[in-house]
Amino acid sequence: MSTREPASGYIGAALPREGAKRLIAGRGQYLDDIQLPRLVHAAFVRSPYAHARIVRIDAARACSAEGVLAVYTGADLARIVKPYAGVLAHLKGMRSAPQYPLAIDRALWQGEPVAIVVAESRALAEDAAELVDVEWKELPAVTDPEGALDENAPVIHAELGNNLCYERLIDTGNVDAAFARAGRIVEAAFETGRHTHVSLEPRAILAAFNAAENQLTVWHSTQVPYMMQWIVAHHFGLPETQVRVIAPDVGGSFGLKIHTYGDEVAAIAAALMLDRPVKFVADRLESFVGDCHARGHRVKARMALTAAGEILAIDVDDICGIGPYAIYPRGGVNENVQISNLVGAPYRHGAYRARSRAVFQNKAMYGQYRAVGHPIACSVTEGLIDLAADALAIDPAEFRRRNYVPANAHPYRTPSGVDIERLSQHEALEKLLALMDYARLREEQSALRARGIYRGIGLASFVESSNPSSATYGQGGASIAAQDACTVKLTATGTLAVAASVTEFGQGAHAAAMQIAASAVGVPIERVKVQLGDTDATPYGGGNFGSRGTGIGGEAVLQAGRALRANILAFVARLNESEASMYDVRDGNVVEASTGNLVMTLEDVARTAYFRTDKVPRDYQPELAVTRSYAQKTYAGIFTNGIQASHLEVDVDTGFVKLLGHWIVDDCGTVVNPLLVDEQLRGGAVQGIGAALFEECLYSAEGQLLNGSLIDYLVPMAFEMPDIAIGHTCTPTATSALGAKGAGEAGTAGAAAAVMNALNDALKALGARLTTYPFTPERILRALGKV
Amino acid sequence: MTAEARERIEIALNVNGSGVRRTVPARQHLVDFLREALGLTGSHLGCEHGVCGACTVRLNGEIVRGCLVLAVQADGGEVQTIEGLAGDAHVGALQHAFHERNAAQCGYCTPGMLIAAAELVGRNPAADRAAIRAHIAGNYCRCTGYHAIVDAIAAVCRERSDARSA
Repeated sequence: MSTREPASGYIGAALPREGAKRLIAGRGQYLDDIQLPRLVHAAFVRSPYAHARIVRIDAARACSAEGVLAVYTGADLARIVKPYAGVLAHLKGMRSAPQYPLAIDRALWQGEPVAIVVAESRALAEDAAELVDVEWKELPAVTDPEGALDENAPVIHAELGNNLCYERLIDTGNVDAAFARAGRIVEAAFETGRHTHVSLEPRAILAAFNAAENQLTVWHSTQVPYMMQWIVAHHFGLPETQVRVIAPDVGGSFGLKIHTYGDEVAAIAAALMLDRPVKFVADRLESFVGDCHARGHRVKARMALTAAGEILAIDVDDICGIGPYAIYPRGGVNENVQISNLVGAPYRHGAYRARSRAVFQNKAMYGQYRAVGHPIACSVTEGLIDLAADALAIDPAEFRRRNYVPANAHPYRTPSGVDIERLSQHEALEKLLALMDYARLREEQSALRARGIYRGIGLASFVESSNPSSATYGQGGASIAAQDACTVKLTATGTLAVAASVTEFGQGAHAAAMQIAASAVGVPIERVKVQLGDTDATPYGGGNFGSRGTGIGGEAVLQAGRALRANILAFVARLNESEASMYDVRDGNVVEASTGNLVMTLEDVARTAYFRTDKVPRDYQPELAVTRSYAQKTYAGIFTNGIQASHLEVDVDTGFVKLLGHWIVDDCGTVVNPLLVDEQLRGGAVQGIGAALFEECLYSAEGQLLNGSLIDYLVPMAFEMPDIAIGHTCTPTATSALGAKGAGEAGTAGAAAAVMNALNDALKALGARLTTYPFTPERILRALGKV
Repeated sequence: MTAEARERIEIALNVNGSGVRRTVPARQHLVDFLREALGLTGSHLGCEHGVCGACTVRLNGEIVRGCLVLAVQADGGEVQTIEGLAGDAHVGALQHAFHERNAAQCGYCTPGMLIAAAELVGRNPAADRAAIRAHIAGNYCRCTGYHAIVDAIAAVCRERSDARSA
């Protein structure tokens, strides 16, 4: 594809990512690739118990071991770090307890860091960590969500009185009446496996303090440099101007790297105390217990319908066991919020009741993971929908078609109270059915069933939050920017230097910014350079999470680019004593709008403004570097929609599932680069398929993680995954000029439910139904009564 | 950790075409050696227990998990990492195809994936999508969903296959 497109031509263009070249060459710079003079390395002593009193820590042997510089405990760190609590004030009744980076007196989960060992190499630090002698007194662990609320259950934080972190209740008030007059009621209990992100690059941080200038520089594998700058400055009592956070190439994140982790804070503290650069890179085994987990929910749900198949009411009761603290600063109960918001969201229904509870557990910390809460809400909704369609003998596609909220009903407020701008559900359904050739697959399924082959087809519609406003965090008191900003500067040679607060961790934000900036100003894309991920180099903003990168960060780039273009045109108009409307910027040149004839190259414009100010009128100062910010303020979030389908075959003798095909039709509004969007959707879907078939953090009753390695915790590999076909509908948001909505989480939102519905479709004839993820061969054989 | 494991041993090997002589701890694995002693940071560590494939390098022409080979085991051998393979016909073609198809997102798995894929392109360019998926089944990618990676490898296989039959 030509890269010399007309000025507006890059939005929608399937351009390969410029920023990926160095990664593919093996010349990226991830955190662990950074070396500094006098660099030292951290390793941690972690609690072997889920709940234990720390009676005594003796670090004498460790301190005298080869290469060791220091060993610090929780008490040492508490002298220089203020504790934190991940409570969002706008979530009524939410509580947690103060958390310290290293446990003091009591460890509350297996893997909680209790001492940091700093040595000349990671290997020597690990050697010395084995020499730290900790005397423990094991305490009873709280490891079952429902059991945690029993009157006699041990209470993790005595000052809170019980183990409830947060409870959300929604009740439209007419649910019982609706169930009383229902022609049909369907119900099920769903259980989603607690799982974790497993980004291939683990969490990593390098902190360097220069006492001579009182400057702390933190290289951090993070999605959110400015949030981390605020946290580091605030909790170490430093002015923000003295804290610089740089995100180098980030090797995957998926919501993992947006939180405050004690081991990372401890590494910063060690750098401050030692006045030497300290690096900490989690290894895979400590990642399983040190990273946050997500998605472990138990949901009882029922749906009331008329005999004709109209949905009257939905009633859900959800509980999840989080970690021993609410994770800082995002709370980690957003799953509860999203689940209670989004169950039933695609469908017309009048009455809704939801209870969603988050309960403290002596398990690893718990937080956001790609498509927060959405896969659970989708599994519950779409599981009930398939049950209802089956009960009423209506084809599942037809049942959805009849019950979707129609496009002309928008903007629409769901019974849960969420305002949805505009969706394209019917259009997406028809597109999907055509893409997968639904009718043919149904015929084939039926023919093969007669031969004892069990194939299933599952659909899952989803409604997905994106472009979040300050309703998610800022209104709860969290110092997390809801806006993003971008500076676009014309260089002296007429190229564009773009610096944006949006961040890159593989999804393509860098490429999207290049395409949008080039289009907005009117320059060839190869004349654009984009800088991200450095609090000293970019304007302020939230970074990337919650499917906001293109929708919010991209809009800031567009606005900055347009503003620079306007300034260029005004300047040229003034130089020519004419009107700005007479000119245009095309392909890197200022031209006459009507004829396209060259007026000035952008290099001439820049040289005039910068070097030949004698040619600039005395009363006129051109501004050829502009910054613009954007925040979405109209809705709590801009909701998107889509639908996925799974086609699979079950070996009813072994319980193995073979995925035959997967299809997604997604609506993310304006598509800036379909190459990026399509592979985001596929990658997201594969994470959802992982949840459906493989992934679960298994805990013993004592709170020991039983499968904390990549040998025991299964992730999707290429062999088991199907090809995934993608289609789009396009309903741009009217809240921005770009019109982009989120795409990065859509795949994950619906994939697991599509697999669940396909599995149950395959097994229906055998009377088996599974609603507990992941659908392992053992669970399938049990459901079939074979083991 | 035993004293033997921390013992330092001199090794001499060829890395990306150049002779290298270093004294290394006996316990150091090959990728730590490549990354820390030689600054070849294109090989990554994702699990250090042989599952994820991010550390895949070539040792004496065969692909190995660099985290499961000790540096001392490479003594006298020949190692190729992503940094030394840009000129390799298969790796270079794969790099181009990966870029064209957005088959790398965060890029952390990519060097290992490319080296694993190059082996298939060399041995069995007639591989179909299922065979490609089977071949890269030891290389974990959390970002892409694998589809674009399979597309990219299939495209290079097709070029090679067409060239052979032409």
